Amino acid sequence: MNIAFREIQAKQGYWLTMAVLAALAGVGVLSALYMEHHGHIVTGMTNQIVWGLPHVFAVFLIVAASGALNVASIATVFGKTLYKPLNRLSALMALTFLAGGLMVLVLDLGRADRIIVAMTEYNFKSIFAWNVILYNGFFVIVIAYLWTMMDRQGGPWYKAVGTFAFVWRLILTTGTGSIFGFLVAREAYDAALLAPMFIIFSFNYGLALFMLILMGLYKGDQRPLGDKLLGRMRSLLGTFVAASLYFTLVYHLTNLYFTKHHGLEAFLLLEGGVHTQVFWLGQVLVGYVVPMTILFNAALSGRGWTVIAAVAAVLGGLSQMWVTIVGGQAYPIEMFPGYAVSSSFYDGAVHAYSPSMVEVLLGVGGLATAILLTVGACKVLRFMPERLDDETLAALHGKH
Amino acid sequence: MNTNSGSTTAVESRRAVLKAGAAITAATLAPGLMFYGVAHSRPAEEPASKDVRWGMLIDTQKCGDGCKSCVTACNEEHGLSGKTGPQDSQWIRKVDIRNLQTDAQHALPMLCQHCENPPCVDVCPTGASMKRADGIVLVDSHLCIGCRYCMMACPYQARSLVHEPLTDQKPDVPRGVGCVESCTFCVQRVDRDETPACVEACTEAGHNAMLFGDINNPETPIAKALKARASTEVRADLNLNTGVRYQGI
Repeated sequence: MNIAFREIQAKQGYWLTMAVLAALAGVGVLSALYMEHHGHIVTGMTNQIVWGLPHVFAVFLIVAASGALNVASIATVFGKTLYKPLNRLSALMALTFLAGGLMVLVLDLGRADRIIVAMTEYNFKSIFAWNVILYNGFFVIVIAYLWTMMDRQGGPWYKAVGTFAFVWRLILTTGTGSIFGFLVAREAYDAALLAPMFIIFSFNYGLALFMLILMGLYKGDQRPLGDKLLGRMRSLLGTFVAASLYFTLVYHLTNLYFTKHHGLEAFLLLEGGVHTQVFWLGQVLVGYVVPMTILFNAALSGRGWTVIAAVAAVLGGLSQMWVTIVGGQAYPIEMFPGYAVSSSFYDGAVHAYSPSMVEVLLGVGGLATAILLTVGACKVLRFMPERLDDETLAALHGKH
Repeated sequence: MNTNSGSTTAVESRRAVLKAGAAITAATLAPGLMFYGVAHSRPAEEPASKDVRWGMLIDTQKCGDGCKSCVTACNEEHGLSGKTGPQDSQWIRKVDIRNLQTDAQHALPMLCQHCENPPCVDVCPTGASMKRADGIVLVDSHLCIGCRYCMMACPYQARSLVHEPLTDQKPDVPRGVGCVESCTFCVQRVDRDETPACVEACTEAGHNAMLFGDINNPETPIAKALKARASTEVRADLNLNTGVRYQGI
């Protein structure tokens, strides 16, 4: 028995959803044009907080994109056939969320009009330049991967291309984590741990978003989605959230051991104002404690609880990116250890940052674009299995 | 030979014209020849030499308390606004430091340290951040995409993003909205064999706290001063071999 894939039937609310997403995406692009016209003076970003809210969204989306591919990898590389019906949607989301993230990243450039320069001039010692190649390569490889899934002629290449895509995505997320890991100047970064930590984060955020999109699409198009499949994904998400917490613990414990990092840790964990709050309430409580409490509790296995857990994991992910990116810059560079430092350039001071509306709209626009592309693609091509109820899956794959 | 008075007058007047012409020619060419002879200014077509390494030595003991001559001179030289909001460009700034244990206080100018191994050059995706053969670290404004990764990477926070469109720019100091910029060691002056504006201003203010020159040439005052007395690199632990060194901290 083969599983049947069908396009979205555009039932209730489909066009309204698309219109709202398109409006949000459009406003995001308009915000970027406004920034482009006036310069970064209209943002809350400064010469001290050089990467702000757009980077929080962009890096989150890029990391989540590589994680979204994980569902397909589990089926292709690790042979878990239960997940095989989901591999098309998984690969699609890897493409659309990467596109959304890159849109924000590129539109936030000081000279977004010079994108052709970024594509043609490479400094190969720069991890940023490597990432340009890794992102472009990812698009090509995942499109090829989709071809092996969706076209009979591509079938023989399915395993090979899928394995290659899995390896590529691990390298890609290593590259994303290393954007921060390779920064020797700042206390919060400069750590090899950031690369594997970002890979674990990607598993977490990518799966949480995948579950939300899956549930949303199946509910919207009134297709059956079984509890057994969702139950598996709940356990998996719980494991990834726990692993994220573990890496966060190791990161902070390492810093707490080194005297030279005590100032940074005191800032992030105790005295950092909004950054401390975002860490404890956003990243730890909402991002780790809430999802694990729900996902590892059989009494909270209802669909609504699962949605809450996945939304919490996503909000926790955005919080983590805020703490890593903005919090990491807000803490002043220690140019003169053992000295109190002050200057007209705000040396030695905790740097203030409050994002402007254009940054919020650009970031949200990127997320909306990713969802818009996903839902739109499901309307025109066959990414979604017609049925994913327990009986259908059991008939397909035995007692999985 | 015809020596009548009329022809003598004609010869004399011809000589006078030739002499005047020679004098005018000499007067026109001499400054250029003198300039070339004295200053050894590098012609535009000749690339920067790797035999030279431009460097700066700053004596914090001599740095005037509250004096900002170097900052003002830099702003004027490069057409910077001089404003000090968090979005304004500052290529050089006065930093006050106080030792938390001993309470010893120092003030020093902080600028691009023109590292031998600059992190900003390492991370720049397009190669816009670059180091000239003579050690001056620059941003190619035509290649800069404004990603600000160099600003994340610089251990000295020496770089600024141009946050708004500019008007009335200095013709020999290319700047542009959306691009990152920082101290160039006044490359336009150095290539004319002049000293950077900040160093000149410090000397004019009578402090003589800043010394500029080729640190590869053992005969230069800066090389001799560096050899004679210990100097410090800020964040020496990063092993970047900075072109700017400090004494007195």
